[in-house]
This record gives sequence, C-alpha cells and structure tokens, in this order.
Amino acid sequence: MIVFRNVDYWIGENHILKDVSFSVPKGQTKVILGPSGSGKSTILRLLIGLVKPDSGAIFVDGEDITQVDEDRMQLIRRRMGMVFQQGALFDSMTVGENVGYSLLEHADHTEEQVEEAVRSYLRLVGLDDFLIDRMPDQLSGGMQRRVAIARALAAQDPDLILYDEPTTGLDPQSAERIIDLVLRLRDEHGKTAVLVTHDISDALEVANRITVLDQGSVVFEGAPAELVASRNPFIREFLAPFRKAMAVALRKLDTAPGGEHAPPTPPMGGNAL
Amino acid sequence: MEAALQLVVDKVRHILETVQDAALFAARAFRATFRPPFYAHETLEQIHFAGIGSLFIVVISSAVAGQALAIQLARELSNTGTKTELGHFMVISVVRALGPVLVGMVVASRMSAGITAEIGAMRSSDQLDALVAFGTDPVKRLVVPRIIALLIALPCLTIVGDALAVIGGGFVGLAYKLPIESYYHGVEKYLTPSNMMVGMIKPFFFAVMIALIACWKGFTSEGGAKGVGVSTTQSVVLSSVGILVSDGILTKFVFRLLNW
Repeated sequence: MIVFRNVDYWIGENHILKDVSFSVPKGQTKVILGPSGSGKSTILRLLIGLVKPDSGAIFVDGEDITQVDEDRMQLIRRRMGMVFQQGALFDSMTVGENVGYSLLEHADHTEEQVEEAVRSYLRLVGLDDFLIDRMPDQLSGGMQRRVAIARALAAQDPDLILYDEPTTGLDPQSAERIIDLVLRLRDEHGKTAVLVTHDISDALEVANRITVLDQGSVVFEGAPAELVASRNPFIREFLAPFRKAMAVALRKLDTAPGGEHAPPTPPMGGNAL
Repeated sequence: MEAALQLVVDKVRHILETVQDAALFAARAFRATFRPPFYAHETLEQIHFAGIGSLFIVVISSAVAGQALAIQLARELSNTGTKTELGHFMVISVVRALGPVLVGMVVASRMSAGITAEIGAMRSSDQLDALVAFGTDPVKRLVVPRIIALLIALPCLTIVGDALAVIGGGFVGLAYKLPIESYYHGVEKYLTPSNMMVGMIKPFFFAVMIALIACWKGFTSEGGAKGVGVSTTQSVVLSSVGILVSDGILTKFVFRLLNW
C-alpha cells in the first residue's frame, strides 16, 4: 500500500509538486497522467527515495520513507522494482548481468542459479533467453524496455513496480507488448504498480485508478471511466487530442473497403452506362 | 556598482558552494571506502585500466622527457666542466620533481577523461539512479574502486617513469662522453630514501585527487552529451592544474617534514 500525503517538492525556485495526495491499494495499478513537465516522474523519484520531499509524508506499507535513513531506504528499495524511462540498462554489462544484477549483488546465489533465474525472467517478459549474452545496445528499444522490466522483476521479486513512461518512443506493437506485460504482472502475479505516462490510451488500458497532474497539482483522481466522463475543463482539453484521434481512426475504419459505412463497390465488369 | 558587487557576491557564493559540494563528495567517498561491500572485481578491472592501460604512454613520455632533460643538463654541465654531476642532477630533477608530475599529468589526462565521460554518460542515461534504485551505493561501486586502483597504479607507474627517465639520462651521458660508471655513481649517491620520499608521496596524493575530481565531475554532469563533454574537459583541466599547484605545496610540506 502506497500513500502520498500532502507532498510538496521544490527544485530551487520551481514548485514541482504542490500538496500532492493519493493512495495505491495493494495489487492495483495507479497511473499518474499528465502533460510533460507536470511532475509525474518526480513522484517515482520520491517513491524510490532518489529525492526527498520538502514537506508531506510518503508511506510504503505503513512506513514513512521520508523519515528513514539511507541504510533503511536501501532495504525498502529492495521491495521495489523500477523501470526507467529509457530502460537505463547498465551498458557495460550483458543482458544477463543486467537482469541478474540484484541477485548477484544482494543475494547469496550461485552463478548457475542466477543464470537460471535470468532465463526464466527473460521468458516471462517474452524474450528469447539466447539474448542473455547480448549487450544492451544490440537490442531494439522495445527489447531494452522488456529487459528493464525483467531486471525490475528479478530484484528479489518486488511487491511494487514503478514504471516511468514504459512505452514512450516505442512502435505500437512493442508498446502493446509492454502494456500486456504490465497487465499480466498485475492480474497473474498480483504486483502493485505506479505507472507514469502521458499516453492516454495506455492509462485507460492499465489503470485501476488514475491521478492527473497539471503543473504539479492533482486535478483529477478517479477510475478510468470517470476520467473519460469528466467535465473538468483541463481534463477535457487534455483528452481532446485523444478523442479526435479515436474519432478519425473510427471514421477511417468505417469508410475503408469492407467497413460499416463504406460506399458500395461497383459490380465487376458491369456497364455503367 | 551595486550590480557589479552582486555579481561578485554571486560568483564567490557559487565557488564556495562548489567547494562544499566537492568536499562533501570526498567525505562520502572516504566513508564508503571502509564500509562493505567491497567490489574486488571492479577494483581489479580499474587497476588494469589505470595501470596496464597507461603503461605505454607513461613509458614513451618518461623516456622522451628524461632524455630531453638530460640533454639540457649535460650540455650546461659540460660547459662548466662538471658533467660528472649529471647523475646527481638527473636524480634530483626526475625523482623529486619531474617524474611524479609528468606521470601524474599523463595519467590524469587519460584517466580523468575516461572516468568523467563514463560516469557522466551513466548519469545522463539514468544508470546512476538505476544503481540506487537497485540498492547499490554508486559512490561505493564506482568511486571507491577507481580511487583504490589509482592509489595502486600511479605510484607504480611513477617508479617506472622515474626509472626510464634516469636510465635515459645515462645514455645521453654516454653521448657526452660521460662513463656509465660515473653516471651510475651519481645516481646511487643521490637516490636516497629522503629524495625518494619527496617524490613518492606525491603520486598517492595525485591519485586520490585525480579519481575524486574525475568521479565528482561525472556525478555532477548535466545536460546530456554536451554536458558530459563540458564536464570531461573541466575534469582534465582541474586535475592537471591541481597536480601542478599541489606539487609545489607538497614539496614545501615534505621539505618541512624533513627539516630541509
């Protein structure tokens, strides 16, 4: 269970997060949605303890992580896995070393055990385990993101997974695979997740609850259906491009040959006159 | 006038904040050095990178610089009829002063650039944050092995560099018709523990300074590829200037220590 309570965060003169509060029940996926620069990624950095808030409290399983020292925070972090925006794979290590990093670093496993675990995590995220000896720069963006998810999962099987824009910059098929994986980890493995994105379709697909940020303030909190039905002017404006894209796509599908409203095809070989 | 004063105040504050930031980083690295886990594999890799990797340029630069110095000295000493003192002057110049500074500068230019660029690239691609997120202290994993590696490699490279420069001086002496025995006698007489101490304290200090500056500039680099480039340049400049400045201070300090 994650609770953000009245969190404020400043960088110099910039008020990045303003009195942000929300909670994430166990086993659910919370999506933090908002335009670029709204403070979404800062929420993940606060959660993983990379930065501390200027005021407010952040509870992870009942423990206020703003009050713990670095040694304690290191232990709390081991219950979390984080997927960074561009993967942030260690480029001097192989795929196998990346995925098995936490197992080799913090647990007392033999190399054979780690290799077996790495192979199973790679298969779990839909990657062939022969990739184990490849370097990260030999993989496509989508594959790198899936390796990053495997690495997050291998971090001592965390209860909480944090995703920072996991589909940004990926082609639609790779993005869909990542989203399927996020859903599978929640539904089949019971993982709690906080997913930061500006992609509305991703948010609607994976979220149990959505929090929308605008310039560091929470402007909406609710279920995906409530977001779509919201009359809040900011939400309506934020959703407008998505609605327009959906309408255009539906119209194109309808008017395509074989579509619902497609014009009748002239009979082959018929005489128009 | 007021604006100019404010500018000066801002500049001084910025310098003080930078010094404070660097000092805190050094303190953090020092604390991390003595706390487990210890990254033996990473440290050995860095020793190889710093030591074996720098050996070739140290050999070339020391041999060339040693011979250039010997030529200058031999010519002047021949003119004054004291060329038998070549070994004496070579030992004093190379072992006490030129050797540690030359090897320090050569290793600093190579290692500072490499370390800052590597850590800076890791920072700009969130790899440093990823280390923290996966429960690793990046200072312990990245900085401490580099400090230890340079602490081991730089004194060894300095010995190699000093030896090559002094041996090179012997060959130059031969060209000036100075018997090798005479040169060797001068070297032996002045290669005393005190003279060696003056020269051999420096590489340990330079090693820590090079590693800390390079890592600190990498950790604090900002602004993507351009920022990494700027930090790398600053790292090399700071290390090199730091070596020259601290050389004078250290020499004075050791002289006082030896009551010279």
